[in-house]
Amino acid sequence: MTDATGPLIEVHDLVKTFDVSRPWLARVLERLPVQTLKAVNGVKFTIRRGETFSLVGESGCGKSTVARLVVGLDRPTRGSVVFDGTDLAGLRRRSDIAPLRRRMQMIFQDPYASLNPRWRVEDIVAEPVNAFRLVANRSERRRKVAESLRQVGLSPEDARKFPHEFSGGQRQRISIARALAANPDFLVCDEPTSALDVSVQAQILNLMKDLQKRFGLTYLFISHDLSVVYHVSSRIGVMYLGRLCEISAAKDLFRQPRHPYTRLLLDTIPDVEMTGRERVSVPGEVPDPIDPPSGCSFHPRCPFANERCRQELPTPLQRGQGMVACHAVEEERLPPFKRSDPGQ
Amino acid sequence: MGGMYRRVVDSDLWFSFSRSPTVVVATAVTTIMMMAALFAPLIAPQDPFDLTSLSILDAHIPPAWMAADDHRFLLGSDDQGRDVLSAILYGARISIGVGFASIALALVLGVSLGLLAGYIGGRLDALIMRTAEIQLSFPTILIALLLNGVMRSILPAESQDQLAIPVLIVAIGISGWVQYARTVRGTTLVEKNKEYVQAARLIGIHPVMIMLRHILPNTMGPVLVIATIHLAVAIITEATLSFLGVGVPPTEPSLGTLIRIGNDFLFSGEWWITMFPGAALAILVLAVNLLGDWLRDAFNPKLR
Repeated sequence: MTDATGPLIEVHDLVKTFDVSRPWLARVLERLPVQTLKAVNGVKFTIRRGETFSLVGESGCGKSTVARLVVGLDRPTRGSVVFDGTDLAGLRRRSDIAPLRRRMQMIFQDPYASLNPRWRVEDIVAEPVNAFRLVANRSERRRKVAESLRQVGLSPEDARKFPHEFSGGQRQRISIARALAANPDFLVCDEPTSALDVSVQAQILNLMKDLQKRFGLTYLFISHDLSVVYHVSSRIGVMYLGRLCEISAAKDLFRQPRHPYTRLLLDTIPDVEMTGRERVSVPGEVPDPIDPPSGCSFHPRCPFANERCRQELPTPLQRGQGMVACHAVEEERLPPFKRSDPGQ
Repeated sequence: MGGMYRRVVDSDLWFSFSRSPTVVVATAVTTIMMMAALFAPLIAPQDPFDLTSLSILDAHIPPAWMAADDHRFLLGSDDQGRDVLSAILYGARISIGVGFASIALALVLGVSLGLLAGYIGGRLDALIMRTAEIQLSFPTILIALLLNGVMRSILPAESQDQLAIPVLIVAIGISGWVQYARTVRGTTLVEKNKEYVQAARLIGIHPVMIMLRHILPNTMGPVLVIATIHLAVAIITEATLSFLGVGVPPTEPSLGTLIRIGNDFLFSGEWWITMFPGAALAILVLAVNLLGDWLRDAFNPKLR
């Protein structure tokens, strides 16, 4: 069953719709139709062992929903998530799911909400240890908790404290320690640094990189911050309104973005090097996902849109190692991208 | 111990407590009355439930400062020759006991239903909350009367007096679960979407354990406040039912029963039989209410 050379995660045509209708009685009385929101619409990607795959996009584009679907917090409406050769949707029995759950853990966005305020750190970190019966007795458990805390740069003495005695960055370390305590292979990081100060962000990102090297972890990294993504990713997927519009190796994406939306995102990165580059703001608003535009959902904001873009949904095209879904790319009518690499 | 003492003295709650003389007095009164009720057999001059120690010749004796010659009864005696002070102490014991027991029932019922409604949601939530709203549209006392009456008519006649107190507890308890359920459901809805609950779900913790170990402790603050205010309501409800004659039997009188018994003698000038139990009830309920109001305000950061 386990194929050590294949990808760790395969996501096939994932769709998640949410019912956003008014309450039943109000809907019947006011004769409103059932309204659904397609938060994720046909997303498809694979994550190789040991790499960091990032999903970027504006808020509301469905990237966090993808994260929740991948770890199994929500059930997909359609499509499948295959973890190490096993389709998660096919598993019903708790005893079958438990070993896979141990192997995939999650780090959350808000370090103030991700730790139960009434639990001591040792209980928080020991929760997965107990749930998966990883240790036989109390002293082993204490050793395991101390080890996890040390791995994230905290002291074993911190185990007796409560979450409110820590700063945001330290809390995020506790969150990582909890995830590590399960001995996982795969970590889903849902905007793990966006609630932190910039200086602390770097520390947490470096910690995550170190841990990846030490334990051979695979990451799915969710972020809206391209400069963060640039530093951690092997490959990047760009999402817009529930769809993937481009997947590319991290370096290629920044040097040679193919999709007009990716170009737009890159233009909004602050110019830290003071090269005198004009920052271009993204024109227009993200459309209402309940009533998305026809054709390519990006066409109302796209400077290269034509009649075909307004009518027809672009199909994913293979480009090198990556993917892009754009009529303009297919028709080769995009001008070359001019912008300096932010890393140089 | 010293650390504990410092933590109490340094807390916001203690600051707010020590700055309010009303609350200090209310706490003192509540504590004294509860202690007096708890230790009634030790401090009461007479056991009013022991019919052999009563003498009908001692009936209708006025309070000690008014009596011409007989000074044995500090607050006077009733028509059976019972010492009113002893009857109040024993009666308060029953009133407070029934109050606490029915709160415990309402709390367990309301908190469980609230947790289930909030965490599971969907149809179960709709069912529980609509039931709660229907019950809320009737006065509490009416519900308690109804339940009490139904249960009494089901029970065999010979066990009615023995089961009067349990029946009363169930009736008052069920009539009061709604507030707990609504509060706990609200908090549960907030807590269940927090990421620490997601983290627990992720590692496959059973929903019941998530509710009990993660969510329940975070809902207890408001629940304790409601329980304090509810204690006063429960005592009053019990007194009302007993006053109407459907509560505890006259052989083991609660404060409400005492007021009802004394009521018959009010117009013959023997005011002490009803007035002293009435005053005791009023003071107890007022003190508990003041305490509850303060707790509610102290726990609500918006009112600080």
